Amino acid sequence: MGGTKVQRLSGMQKQVLSLYRGFLRVARSKSEEERRNIESVVNQEFRRNSKEVDRKNFQYIEYLLRRGNKQLDQLRNPGTIGLSSLQIDFLKIN
Amino acid sequence: MASTILKRAITNISSTSSTSRLILLRAHASEAQAQQVTPKATSTTTLKKFQIYRWNPDTPSKPELKEYEINLKECGPMVLDALIKIKNDIDPSLTFRRSCREGICGSCAMNIDGCNGLACLTKIPSENSNTTITPLPHMFVVKDLVVDMTNFYNQYKSIEPWLKRKNPPEEKGKEILQSKKDRAKLDGMYECILCACCSTSCPSYWWNPESYLGPAALLHANRWISDSRDEFTKERLEAINDEFKLYRCHTILNCARACPKGLNPGKQIAHIKSSQPKA
Repeated sequence: MGGTKVQRLSGMQKQVLSLYRGFLRVARSKSEEERRNIESVVNQEFRRNSKEVDRKNFQYIEYLLRRGNKQLDQLRNPGTIGLSSLQIDFLKIN
Repeated sequence: MASTILKRAITNISSTSSTSRLILLRAHASEAQAQQVTPKATSTTTLKKFQIYRWNPDTPSKPELKEYEINLKECGPMVLDALIKIKNDIDPSLTFRRSCREGICGSCAMNIDGCNGLACLTKIPSENSNTTITPLPHMFVVKDLVVDMTNFYNQYKSIEPWLKRKNPPEEKGKEILQSKKDRAKLDGMYECILCACCSTSCPSYWWNPESYLGPAALLHANRWISDSRDEFTKERLEAINDEFKLYRCHTILNCARACPKGLNPGKQIAHIKSSQPKA
């Protein structure tokens, strides 16, 4: 776009960003403590996937988007207080 | 299997009165027979290959068809038996939904040799050829044979599948009665178990899964439209009188072919169409 340095985003990139934004927006409706927790968990998850997932593996990214949107819907429910995550090392289990 | 059940029967009986001893003798006889028969049955093996769709989200790679070979002589007659045997004996990571194993829960809907059906009601096809098992077509896969049913259930929810009344029942606290004739109108609809075999076999549903309600949801819509106790018939008809929600049905009738319960959603959709007020 004529000289501007704005990065053009693909449709899928926009979807990922809007999902991220959705999580941050929902986090605001929760308690202050939970809000910080949700933000850190979501941030970590997005950062980790942005490093680990092959950017051409559309099928997998679409799967993650669907899963994320489903989790966002659950988080939107006022009955849901917070979000927690759990680290499983598959190599150690096997 | 059979002999262990018999043994348990014997231990139960032996502690009771003498009249049951006759049964005990008979049980012994049949147990001996069973022991004679079983080695013969296992001596011949009928191997069959199954090609099963595998995809695991935790190891991001392309989906693949994995081949498993099992001995049909050591396996039950249905496809679900084969899947359970593969999961128990060969590959515990194989993932599929199952519950009742008698076609009443609708969990084990999948595509077997190109046809949608319940694994628990589908016999393992003829012994020599390979059998391919894939998830329901045009559904998002969660893992292996498990598909994402969110959209399907939301569509079911959207037709408001519960009794809606404008007036309370005549006698307070009593149920609303229905004549036998009115009840008979629900035959061919109440049996639906929402396994999604019909909807996922419909080409029209493949192209418009978001906007077209699909045969299963429309069948249930008609179930409540036809219910004599429901007083929102007009509103229900109005709610689905939509070019996409209802009229994407082009009477392809794959739904009637696929339905493992032998229902005909196409016929019910035709009933909705004919009940719509003429413009």
